[in-house]
Amino acid sequence: MGTRPGAGKLGQPLLTVENLVKHFPIRAGVFARTVGFVRAVDGVSFEIRRGETLALVGESGSGKSTAALAILRLQEPTAGRVVFDGRDALKLDRSELKRLRRRVQIIFQDPFGSLNPRMTVGGMLREILSVHDLAHGAAAQKRVAELLEAVGLHAEDAIKYPHEFSGGQRQRIGIARALAVEPEFIVADEPVSALDVSVQAQVLNLLADLQERLDLTYLFITHDLSVVRHIADRVAVMYLGRVVELGDCDSLFSKPLHPYTQALLSAVTVPERGADRKRIILTGDVASPVSPPSGCPFHPRCPHPDKDEICRTEPPSLALHGAGARAACHKIGPAAGGSGPKS
Amino acid sequence: MSKSRKNTEFGAAGRLAAMLVPGLGHLWRRQTRTGVSLIAMTAGQLSVLFLALDRVVATLTAGRLDYWVALLSLVVGLGLTWGVSLRSLRVASHGPAHLSQWAIAWREFKRNRVALLGLYLMVLLVVATLLGPYLTPFEPSVIGSDIAATRHLAPSLDHVMGTDKFGRDVLTRVLYGARISLAIGFLAVSISITLGTAIGAASGFFGGAVDNVLMRLVDVLISFPRLVLLIVVIALFQPSLPLVILVLGLTLWPSSARIVRGEVLSLREREFIQAARALGLSSPRIILRHIIPNVLGPVIVAATLGLGNIILIEAGLSFLGFSVPLPTPTWGNMINDGREYLVEAWWVATFPGLAIVLTVVAFNLIGDGLRDALDPRLRL
Amino acid sequence: MPAPLLRVDDLRTYFHTADGLVRAVDGVSFALSPGETLGIVGESGCGKSLTCLSLLRLIDPPGRIEAGSRIRLRDRDLAEASEAEMRQIRGNEISMIFQEPMTSLNPVWTIGDQIAESVRIHRRVRPAEARARAIEMLRLVGIPNPEQRISSYPHEFSGGMRQRAMIAMALACDPSVLVADEPTTALDVTIQAEILDLLAQLQSRLGMAMVFVSHDLGVIAQIADRVLVMYAGQVVESGPADAIFNRPRHPYTEGLLRSVPRITTRLSRLAVIPGGVPSPRRWPPGCRFHPRCPYAWDRCQDDSPPFAEAEHPSRCWLEIEPQRHVGGWTTTAAPEREV
Repeated sequence: MGTRPGAGKLGQPLLTVENLVKHFPIRAGVFARTVGFVRAVDGVSFEIRRGETLALVGESGSGKSTAALAILRLQEPTAGRVVFDGRDALKLDRSELKRLRRRVQIIFQDPFGSLNPRMTVGGMLREILSVHDLAHGAAAQKRVAELLEAVGLHAEDAIKYPHEFSGGQRQRIGIARALAVEPEFIVADEPVSALDVSVQAQVLNLLADLQERLDLTYLFITHDLSVVRHIADRVAVMYLGRVVELGDCDSLFSKPLHPYTQALLSAVTVPERGADRKRIILTGDVASPVSPPSGCPFHPRCPHPDKDEICRTEPPSLALHGAGARAACHKIGPAAGGSGPKS
Repeated sequence: MSKSRKNTEFGAAGRLAAMLVPGLGHLWRRQTRTGVSLIAMTAGQLSVLFLALDRVVATLTAGRLDYWVALLSLVVGLGLTWGVSLRSLRVASHGPAHLSQWAIAWREFKRNRVALLGLYLMVLLVVATLLGPYLTPFEPSVIGSDIAATRHLAPSLDHVMGTDKFGRDVLTRVLYGARISLAIGFLAVSISITLGTAIGAASGFFGGAVDNVLMRLVDVLISFPRLVLLIVVIALFQPSLPLVILVLGLTLWPSSARIVRGEVLSLREREFIQAARALGLSSPRIILRHIIPNVLGPVIVAATLGLGNIILIEAGLSFLGFSVPLPTPTWGNMINDGREYLVEAWWVATFPGLAIVLTVVAFNLIGDGLRDALDPRLRL
Repeated sequence: MPAPLLRVDDLRTYFHTADGLVRAVDGVSFALSPGETLGIVGESGCGKSLTCLSLLRLIDPPGRIEAGSRIRLRDRDLAEASEAEMRQIRGNEISMIFQEPMTSLNPVWTIGDQIAESVRIHRRVRPAEARARAIEMLRLVGIPNPEQRISSYPHEFSGGMRQRAMIAMALACDPSVLVADEPTTALDVTIQAEILDLLAQLQSRLGMAMVFVSHDLGVIAQIADRVLVMYAGQVVESGPADAIFNRPRHPYTEGLLRSVPRITTRLSRLAVIPGGVPSPRRWPPGCRFHPRCPYAWDRCQDDSPPFAEAEHPSRCWLEIEPQRHVGGWTTTAAPEREV
């Protein structure tokens, strides 16, 4: 991406996800027979290059958060491969996994819920440093001050408890905690969704600054496409557990291929008046991941005029359409760039 | 359970058979468990009717209340079994379109076999209690003319649970004792739950001074040692059935009031209560229609668990002689009676003790099952 | 301009708590014409939801609508009305829909019961008529098979359908004002688009006026005719939507519009409003926005700016000294400070 110097030359894949599947069994009865599956993530593949930000976008029930948890092995994936820096993360033993956990960190949506209310911020950070044997005593003290300053707080804030901070400051603490172990890769799960509009920009800018300074790679999970446009290099759009479109941020926003991406983009509101944007209003609700529709998961809501039998029966594969743009739709012609709703 | 025949219509003959014999239609639809239970219930009640036909006939002339109660229960029981069977058949043939919260709770409850076992036990106990006079040929409190020949007989076919020191049949007394225990349990729980729900709901909904006054009253009542309070109150008056029920009912409401208040406090913040106010509903209407139905779940759980508790307390009281006076049999005073003869006539104290254990276990199983079935996570 | 349907003057809703006075809504005034949509935009804690609840007088103690506040609906002052009168007005002349479609329906009754209930209360009709009205309303809000869905329970509905049912409930008695408090915030974007579309359609068909509250400037830009921007319990700017979005006058509005990421453009850094939303227990003295304002000077710390009666007023000293409107927004991730 031209906007971010350095992103290009660091373009080696850091994380490769292949055909990731996470099914939750639905159990019933005394013997907990499995009566069905919630197909939360149903065959997701993508890769993230060093130093870039991949945004995983989707509405509720799309499986974006579950995919992240499965990648981090916070929930064991049902099937698939997760290769981190050349090693299969799903085949690591305990000590290797612990080493991996240091290199990969997560930032949560609810900064308050993810902080222990009975621990000072400094205590919490020092604990992480000592568990990972990174710094002790005075060195730890110094490192805590550094971390707090890196996220725009003060060294004196170390003695405060989480409830003494506002929402935006708590998210900064969450970021400081993730940075404490000097990770290379950060999964940010809706990090700004719970914040006020005016504070959201501060945290987004902070994440961008840190990425530049520390060469971080982000997997950014969100439902908010405006934020994606601002922060991502590449975007994967998920619908009912599958990636329906994957491409460079700019081309995906200017020429969305998949009808769902088109509808999603057109549904995003813009704080402008008189902007003449064509809107696609979908009908109906997202199907349940317990019994996803046959064929293309989007076909019951799809507004595409040429929707036909093949959409109902054949699940489309994520095929390449032009440079770096992939979409899973039967109705995109071989020539790249389908007919988007917008210019 | 195969659903292949769920929606098949019966032929004319099949329909007649299914209507006449409860459970047959369910068997036809392969709902084996329901079908077998319905047939067993019908058969059980009919066999009581025919085996005790002489006493059923005697009911008409004996002029005794318990005989009439037994007859009435038998008739109502048979009618209910039949009616329930017909209704569930009809519902099933149309297919249940929309499941209410209660229907979902019942579906969840049915999945829990242990809780279902508790329910079966309780139904059996209640039916046995109501049909008592038809189940044993003996009288509970009549002392035979030849005590020496009939006292402390070991359990046998004639006296399934043996006889006590006055030659009375222990089974008969356990069945009659169950009446006292269950009557006290159900009535006292009804009183305490009604009071508790009303007071808890008012306290939680109105808040402020109302809440303060009511909750301090609850604090005071809860901090009294309950057994001492009960003994003092009962000792001040003559112990009698209504008094015991009233005292138990009036002392046990505070805990349910607390539960209800807590629920109402969280409900009050739910948006549908705000929405109800925004639609112009009055406070009493909101409490009755929107609050109470939503707190019934925890209240029912508390009531079921409370029933077990009250039966235990009553047993304790009557063991100490502070409950219903002799010679009316209660499980507590029967154990007290049998206490002296535990070595030579173990059955006198053991069977009422077992009855207490079974009853309390049954109520606790049901309560736990209900707690899971009424889990708010299912209420969405 | 037609005579206003609803006119709010100096609405003040204070909370008299043990820890002191919380001036949550502090002098809000606006007028609403028939068929018009007024958008109220602001961040959490700015008092926009409490303004809505105050319109229906749904403020619980220790909260209170202070004396001198006026809420005139046609020729009635709701601030003075008795509780019994208010019950007649709520759901009948002013209705409200809420943010959380998941919890705003009672789980123990069917959708039909709940819609019919409000009809039965306000119109003396037989149960069958109320039921027919419920079916009609469900059809109106675009729920397929209303005859069957009327017997559904809320848990059988998805979030979007529940919000539609809520709208049906609120509109069942043909209110002249609909107050919508963040009605699409909890919904996914594609469902949000459906609901916004539905509300606009219903408004043009039924002609009710709408007060639409949201923290989302994009939603407000799409649905509102006129906009109130609220900050710290006060209206800081109000005016026609086009003017607010194209020519914002107040620094807060300006900052908000610059700090929101947009789907249409990509910036390397967003503009930042430093600091955080102040606590309603301690509003800053002078202009309540001055601690976060890039233009603030000493006058802003001492005196609160006037709010003129005009087409597009702004509560800011820049109105008096426009020459100070220079410099402005940074993009540094400046630390948030307690204000």
